[in-house]
This record gives sequence, structure tokens and C-alpha cells, in this order.
Amino acid sequence: MMLKLEKRAQPSLLWTYLTPVVAVICTMIAGGALFAVLGKNPGEAIATIFWQPLFGEFAFYYRPQLLIKGAPLVLIAIGLSLGFRAGIWNIGAEGQYIIGALTGAGVGLAFYPAEAWYIFPLMVMAGALGGWAWAMIPAVLRTRFGTNEILVSLMLVYVAEQLLAKMALGLLRNPEGHGFPGSRNFQQYPSGHNAEIITGSGMHWGVVAALIAVIFSYILLNRHILGYHIRLTGQAPRAAKFAGVNPTRLILFCLGTSGALAGLAGMFEVSGPAGQINIDFNVGYGFTAIIVAFLGRLHPVGIMLAGLLMALTYIGGEIAQSNLGLPAAAIQMFQGMLLFFLLAIDVLTNFRIRRTKREAV
Amino acid sequence: MSAVLLSISGLTKAYPGVVANSNVSFDIEEGQVHALLGENGAGKSTLVKMIYGLVKPDSGKMMLRGSVYTPSEPRAARAAGVAMVFQHFSLFEALNVAENIALGMENPPRMRDLATRIREVSETYGLPLDPYRTVGDLSAGERQRVEIIRCLLQDPKLLIMDEPTSVLTPQEVEILFQTLRKLTSEGVAILYISHKLEEIRTLCDHATILRLGKNVGSCVPAETTARDMAELMVGSAFEAPARAGRALGDVALDVTGLSLPAPNEFGTSLRNIHFTVQQGEILGIGGVAGNGQDELLGALSGEILSDAGAIVLKGQPIGRLGPVARRALGVLAAPEERLGHAAAPDMSLTENALLTGAQRENLMNRGFLKWAETESFAKRIIEAFDVRTPGPENAARSLSGGNLQKFVIGREVLQRPEVLVVNQPTWGVDAAAAAAIRQALLDLAAKGTAVICISQDLDELMEISDRFCAVNEGRLSDIKPAQGLSVDEIGLMMGGAHGMEVSHA
Repeated sequence: MMLKLEKRAQPSLLWTYLTPVVAVICTMIAGGALFAVLGKNPGEAIATIFWQPLFGEFAFYYRPQLLIKGAPLVLIAIGLSLGFRAGIWNIGAEGQYIIGALTGAGVGLAFYPAEAWYIFPLMVMAGALGGWAWAMIPAVLRTRFGTNEILVSLMLVYVAEQLLAKMALGLLRNPEGHGFPGSRNFQQYPSGHNAEIITGSGMHWGVVAALIAVIFSYILLNRHILGYHIRLTGQAPRAAKFAGVNPTRLILFCLGTSGALAGLAGMFEVSGPAGQINIDFNVGYGFTAIIVAFLGRLHPVGIMLAGLLMALTYIGGEIAQSNLGLPAAAIQMFQGMLLFFLLAIDVLTNFRIRRTKREAV
Repeated sequence: MSAVLLSISGLTKAYPGVVANSNVSFDIEEGQVHALLGENGAGKSTLVKMIYGLVKPDSGKMMLRGSVYTPSEPRAARAAGVAMVFQHFSLFEALNVAENIALGMENPPRMRDLATRIREVSETYGLPLDPYRTVGDLSAGERQRVEIIRCLLQDPKLLIMDEPTSVLTPQEVEILFQTLRKLTSEGVAILYISHKLEEIRTLCDHATILRLGKNVGSCVPAETTARDMAELMVGSAFEAPARAGRALGDVALDVTGLSLPAPNEFGTSLRNIHFTVQQGEILGIGGVAGNGQDELLGALSGEILSDAGAIVLKGQPIGRLGPVARRALGVLAAPEERLGHAAAPDMSLTENALLTGAQRENLMNRGFLKWAETESFAKRIIEAFDVRTPGPENAARSLSGGNLQKFVIGREVLQRPEVLVVNQPTWGVDAAAAAAIRQALLDLAAKGTAVICISQDLDELMEISDRFCAVNEGRLSDIKPAQGLSVDEIGLMMGGAHGMEVSHA
């Protein structure tokens, strides 16, 4: 007796929707086992991660955090998903996020201390442009010289991190900051502050931008020829060429869009929740967004839900760290398991398991 | 009457949802060339896979020279004296002939001894082959010789050949047939799978015909007409395409001095290609696979750009235009590879209808897609071309090869092309569907479309084309009227006698 994978004639619709749910359940089981081995009560740990932020005693504080942490993840993941669907792999969203924050904050700080309505919109544009420009480096290198965009975009993350440190300690350092690293704080600069739209809700302009991105991406992929060409290129590159898709333009569009959205996310973060440019400004949203994109099946609505779920594990993970003393590495492993199980169970969308008698082949 | 070599009785094999073979029985005699005839999906491959030990039958038994024969794997089959030449070769292009043959052996001898044996066998059976040549440099016919010699080195009693002539020129076919006749004179039996009726009539002593997994009859091919055999295969009388007299119009497409470098390492470069096609004309382009057919289609469809003036549509140079612009002007194409080139396997038929229909069928509005119109276009294709599928929402890969081919051809035909380029329009398609596709091409030409039909099926080209030429190593032969062309002439055109270059010299 052995198990055999058999390709389905059609991708299973049921499993397309069931996969994320089953993956989350498997993650809870395997994660629970991991926590048990670490000597924690698995039930309590899982409940702390998934229940406390939403319905616990301090939910009033954590619920807004869900939007604050979810928005950049969704915004970046939406951009990445366009490229991923076309087989264009931007792994360097973290770098584009940093550059977007730098250019956005840079424009804002250049106006300081002037107060005007147009400063914030200019910062938004600068942030998007910065991320776009950073993503254009791997895009142009790939279309001109055929370099691998995975490696180039990833390596540019480390370049961006160096640039961030340089800026935090140099050009953008707060002149009144008594020599501490870090820029002026946008929370004390009303014209440049990405403030909450409704106080206490966590809803800032980045959340609005993420929602708009979800809607636009949905329309693009399902109703527009460009989205069709993106999907076609990912599924059958030769057929796409036959259909008349220009691969160069598609690469520039996909990398450019994902870079711009990552740059926007960085800009909204630096001018809002983070408040300032600092050495440790980036916390890995750009990498986690890759998980979010796949967890959401590269589908705009799925990405929105996955972004919220990922934000939940972040917040819950922090609570578990402080309340239960779980190590940070265990939480990261827990998040990694989510992607692992998702990819493993994803096989069932296109294959079915069949029991067979051992047969000589 | 000689002795029975392999006796098959009551072989049955079922896969989920389909019975591939149901109670098939027949005998193969020693020294006999036994044809196995049937449409695609009739169960020929499953049957030979059972004989070769690749698939285990559900029931039934086989007797080899009177003793029970149940090969559990190909190695056991080979040990019992059964060898097989597959339709698709399994050779490493970077290795030489002898190394490739050694790889398939249980205990390969020293390379020098092996090379000597390869030379001996190849000379004995009239299959010239240098053991030290790299396989990547060999033609399809020569590669097939490698596979045949690999089998002959095992001294087989039964040699199974799966559609061996599909990649050969007529001259190469003749060489192969001589080899096979020599083998049978030494007592080797050959199980010969094909759907080319004429060659079965010239070569085979006996034919077993399969339809829907069942043995539906047998005959002596030399005494049976091709038409009768075809009807046994299909199960009903089918109509040969009607060829109405057509009036030819102005020149629709004029290709002058089209030269292109090979698009990749394994591609063929096109060299100085000239031809014209008139409205209402079908130009047949024959040739052995891999001689530039794909590249020619790419150059005409706009996937590969050339000099502007190399391709002229009714006086307008289009060589620099991409596929979208050419489609807008009415130059449509249907590539050979259905899955992945002509259609996206995982997309629905509706989405695949959009693939080439977006412009001419007016399926978008400022880039926004009209899904309702697209779906009705897909439905029109399905209806007009009798595509068997539950509906347009099904993925392309769920269709059988023949049905998807009908969809792909239908998608272009329904867009009323000025010029239609097709490559292998009936490859791997059953006889009834092939007849329908050929009829559609003829009807299209009758309405004034210029059709360029690239194919490796010479019968097909002779049946539908007005003029014929062949590609060989990226060059085009002289173009001659198809009617009255002899097999010898065709063979010379395919084999690389470049009439044009000779006359220039």
C-alpha cells in the first residue's frame, strides 16, 4: 500500500478556499506541540496569540494595533502579489519600504517647520516615488542585462538598511535631538503627521491606502486586460508572448507597482505609528508581506484577511512573549509554520491523494 | 503458417473512469509484421505498455512461446526478448551514440567493444550510424536509429515500434522498412503501431484494429483498402474533405528574404525564405520536425520580429509589428503546441478565447474586459467546432488533445482571418476531428482567406494544399503545385535538395 499524488483535471475550488483554513489549524497543532516542548501550556499559548488581542482584557488597546500592523503588510503584499502572479519575484520589498520612508520623511523634514495642507500629499508622492525608483533598479537590470531580480532586489535591502543608518545618524538627524540618532518626530509636526482619522481606531491614511489597493488590484486582475496578461504570463509565458504581451513592460509595471506600494507603506509608517526615521525603523514588514501574499493565495481579498491574521500573530506573539515568557524565536517559527503548512497543503488544490497497491513501475 | 510467438488473450485494463483495454485477444507470429491500428485513445499505448511491462493488466493473460509471460517491469520484458522503440526518444543530447546506448544496458561492455558492435549491427541492418557522433547533432531519423540499434543489441524476438515514421522523410521511411524486412526474415516479429494506413498496407502482414479499447477486427492490409481500414478504426463511414474549386485572388502575403537567427540554443535559424500566398489559396509547408517550422510560425505570427519589408501584407510591411498589431490587420496563427503556447492550460476556455480574440472580437473597452461577450465567443467556438466539453468555464487542460485543437483552430477561424498560419493542425487528433479541421481550413480558403498550413503529415498536405513546399534546416524548397507531385519529388524537397540554390549556382 502506498499513497500516490494524482493530478486533477481541474484545480479544486473547494481546496482553494479550504487550504488556508486547514493550514491555520495545522499551525495551531504543530505550534502547540512546539510550545509544549518549551514547557508552556499549549492551549494557553495559542489562546494568548489568537484570543487575547481581540477579546482579552486589553482588547481596546490591541484592536487598533491590528489595523496599524495589518495595513503595511496588506499594502506591500498587494503589490508583491501582482509580480508573483506573473512570475516576477520581488523579494526586496523591505528595501523599497525603507527607501519610501526615507524619501517621504525627507520631503516632510525639508519643509519643517512650515505648516501647509500640501506637505502631506507631497510626502505621499515622494514615498511612492522612492519605493518605485528602488524597485526600478532590479527591473532595469533584469530587462537590460537579464539579471535575476530575486537576488538583486534582495541585496538592495541591505544597501537600503545601510542608507537608513547613514540618514538616521547624518542628514536626517534631529538637530535638536541632543546627539541621539533619529530624525525629528512627525507626531510633533502636524503638517507631516499621518494621524489617526478616527481617534483610537488605529485607522490612519495607510489603512485607507491599503483598502484602495485591495479594490484596485481586484479590478485590475479580474476586469482589465493588463491583469489578464499578468496572470497569463505567470501561467503560460509562451502563450502570453503569443497573445502579444510585452514582457519588458510587464516586468517594469509589476516591479514598479510593488515598489511604489512598499514605499507608500514605509512613508505612512514613518510619518505615523513609528514617527521618525531611526536605525531600527524597519521591522521586517517587507519580508512578512511575502508570507501574507501567499497565505492570501495572491488574491486581493485573501491578502486582506491574511494581513489581518498575520498582524494578529504579531500582536498575540508579543503578548505571549511578555506574559508567558515565550522566546521571540518561537513566535517567528510559529509564523513560519503558517507558510510551510500553506504551501504543503496547497498541493491538494491541484493533486488528489490516491491509495494504490504497490505496483512495479 | 509459422509458430505463434506471443499470444494475448482477454487482456483488460481499466483506469478510473475509463476502460483502456477490454478483453483484447490476438496472436503475433514469429517473423510477422503485425500492425496495431486505432485512433488516438483507442487503447494502443496501454496495450503495448502491458506487453512491455510498464503497466500491469487487470485480467487476461499473455503467452510467450508457449510459456506464461507476466513482465513486472521493462527489464523483465527485455530479458524475455521484448524490445520497444518509443515515439519520443529518451536520449541525452550531450552524449555520443555509444554512451547513450551504454546507459541503457545492464552490464555495458568496454566502450571500444561496444562501438565495434554498434558498427556491426548498423552495417548488418543497413542503418548507417557513427558510434562516436554526439546525439545532439543527429537528425530525428538518425536518433531513431540509435534507439533501434539499442534494441537490436539485445537480440529481441519481438520489437515494438510506436509510430516510428512520424519523424521521417519518405526516403528514411524506405530505409527503415528495409531494415524491418531484414529483421523479419531472420524471424524477429514486429508489432507496428501507426495510424498511417498506406504504410501499413505496404509493410504489414497482418493488422489488428482497436476501437475504444476493444479488438474490433483484423485484416490482411495488402488486401484491404485504406478506406475500409479507416472505417473499421472510426466505426462509421467518414467523409473525406470536399475540395470545391476555388478562384484565387490577389497576393495576400508576400515573404521576401526572411532570415532570422535561431531564437535559442536548440532552435533553427531561418535562411532567406521567399514565398507568396494568394487569397483563397492553401500553401502546404512540409518538412521533418525541427527544421524551422516553429520559428517560421513565430515570424509570421509576430512573436519573432524581422525586417519590416521581409513580410508584406497586401502591400503593407508588417515585419516589425507584434502579434497584437498583426491580428488587428487579420494575420492570425495557431501554433503547434496546444498547451502552453496556443492555450493556457489552467485557464478556462472563456479566458483562452480572450487570448487571441480580444482585439478582433471586440472583447474589451478601453482595456476593461467584457466577460459576457467573451463567454459567448467561447460558446460560439465550442458550438461551431463541436468541442466536447461541459462548458466554457472548464480549464483548457481538462480537454482531450483533439478537442482542444478544435477549440484553438476554431478560435482563429471564427475571427475571419485575412491570412491564417497553422502548424500541425491535426497532430494527435483523431480521424473524425482531423477531417473536420481540414474541412474548416478548406472552407476558410473558399471564402478568400490565404491559408499557410505547416504540417509533417504529407497525406494531409496533399489533401488540402494547392501548392506545396518543404522546410529543411531553415530553408524553403521550391514551391510546386501539389497536384501530381510524386512521393520521390516530395522526398527530395524535404531532404534538402535546394532547387533554388542549385539554379543560382
